[in-house]
Amino acid sequence: MAVLGASHSRNLGIRHYPLLVYVMTPLVALVLQAWLPRLLMGYVWFDLPLVVTVYFALVRRDPIQGTLMGMGLGLFEDAVTSHPIGINGVAKTVAGFLAGSMGIRIDVENQTIRVILTFLLSILSSAIYIFVYRILLGLDLQWNWFSDLMKAVVNSLIAAALFPLLDRVQIRD
Amino acid sequence: MESFFVRYRNLLVLLALLLAQIIGLAVQVRRANNGRNVLDPPDGAGVRLIRLWADGLLTPPEQMVHGSKLGVLSLWQNYLDLRHTREQNLDLQKTIDRMRLEQASLLEDARQGQRLQALNDFQQKYIYKTLAAQAIGSSGSDQSRVFYIDKGANYGLTPDMAVITADGIVGKVREVFPRSAQVLAINDQTSGAGVILETTRTRGILRGSAAGRPQIVGILADQRIQPGEKVLTAGGDQIFPRGLPVGVVEKVVPDPERDSFIDVIVKPAAHIDRLDEVLVITSTEPRFPADQLQDIATSEELKGADAAAIKEQHKASEIMAERLPGLTDPNAPAPAPGTALAPGQTAQPGQSTIVPVPPPKLLPAMHPDRFSPGATAPPSKENEAAPAAGQEQKPAPSSEAKPVTPKRNQ
Repeated sequence: MAVLGASHSRNLGIRHYPLLVYVMTPLVALVLQAWLPRLLMGYVWFDLPLVVTVYFALVRRDPIQGTLMGMGLGLFEDAVTSHPIGINGVAKTVAGFLAGSMGIRIDVENQTIRVILTFLLSILSSAIYIFVYRILLGLDLQWNWFSDLMKAVVNSLIAAALFPLLDRVQIRD
Repeated sequence: MESFFVRYRNLLVLLALLLAQIIGLAVQVRRANNGRNVLDPPDGAGVRLIRLWADGLLTPPEQMVHGSKLGVLSLWQNYLDLRHTREQNLDLQKTIDRMRLEQASLLEDARQGQRLQALNDFQQKYIYKTLAAQAIGSSGSDQSRVFYIDKGANYGLTPDMAVITADGIVGKVREVFPRSAQVLAINDQTSGAGVILETTRTRGILRGSAAGRPQIVGILADQRIQPGEKVLTAGGDQIFPRGLPVGVVEKVVPDPERDSFIDVIVKPAAHIDRLDEVLVITSTEPRFPADQLQDIATSEELKGADAAAIKEQHKASEIMAERLPGLTDPNAPAPAPGTALAPGQTAQPGQSTIVPVPPPKLLPAMHPDRFSPGATAPPSKENEAAPAAGQEQKPAPSSEAKPVTPKRNQ
């Protein structure tokens, strides 16, 4: 358990946030993800839970934490759709794991890297979603590559705006 | 061994979680008769429980957000007012801005009032029993076109109830929770509704697409199907009553998978992506207004009076038939056993009473001639001899065959 100690966290640059931020940010992301499409006339070119997953996995630099958060948010997203529960869960589990793993190796302070990483993980998440739905489960699903590309672009833009805001609420030593 | 788990701890956790989710997915899908995998329509108890938890967690904030839509606007106005209070010398432009915001708010209220009024009028005129509900949330995914309404099992909603607006059909209730319900829109890929084209009477199944445009799939190519034709519900799917507007034909495209088949892209009549208020058809038993019920009762009474009058006429005609003299001979001999009984005659023991009725015996004519029934012409000499076999029988001239010329009175 020494790896989780305060000194080790400082050495790795692991950030800490108030508990309220850990709870409220994912919840707000889920509520907005379900509510905003009504205002945007059905255009769902964003994935707020994925952006939140990537952020916390990156800054916490912990693959297991990223994996668990991705799985939780993904399963929650699945639960409010008409699709089988677990498709988004698998996609975001992998995305959270990769983000947490990369957080150890890259400079998480660099905003450009974080935005590019969000773009790439959005594409990967969509690809895993389609793979699980069509190949693994063998279900019929039409998909539009342009929609997924736009989703990745918009996710990157949201990340560019949201990540600096969340950086400000971290607990500083 | 311990070092292996420690070293690959992250990867093992990932694999374990992925495996658990994939197993969970596998139990939700079953293989259909046509060899394709389909999603099990009724969710299992575990899946339903997860959906219930998600709904329980998400619905209150959504309802709060939806309910505070005008509250946010009001907060903004209060903020402006506070600034106005603090800064006594606000210029006229800010006042105008505030007025514009208020006007926008009132306009939104008025529009909502008009929509609700139209919906209420439609509900009053609609023959089926409906329940008004507000759309409060969505799935948040463009791969799953579902939305949530603020009425659930507490209001008597059950799965597979049709959801409509005054413009047309919207979808069907998929999942019901205590205080909310999930509605599967008609433009979702997994939805299906039986529809019919109004003019060509072509039937088909309406399905959604990846782009969220409903389309009638798998119908034979028909040149008569043109853009602008109305699409109505066919009523065969046990969900939507027949005759409800669905939309209009937007365009006709060839089926990419099958030759000689076409897909008909439909523009929905209802604004599915901009729904605020919807109606859920809770009962398909006809629900008539009071005046129509009175009309139906009056019609039933009139129908009963007509039936009674017809019965009276039949009875009167039977009485008249009994009283009027018949064409039968009262002096005719009693029928032999096995024949019909004369009027007033009772059946003897051992005599069958169910016998065929003989044709009535006609009274003899007072001045019989050759046209009277039973009168036969005297046979001629040629007719007395039977014709030889194989010989053609020719009509023989006779005195009776000659035309009768009228005698002149002398």
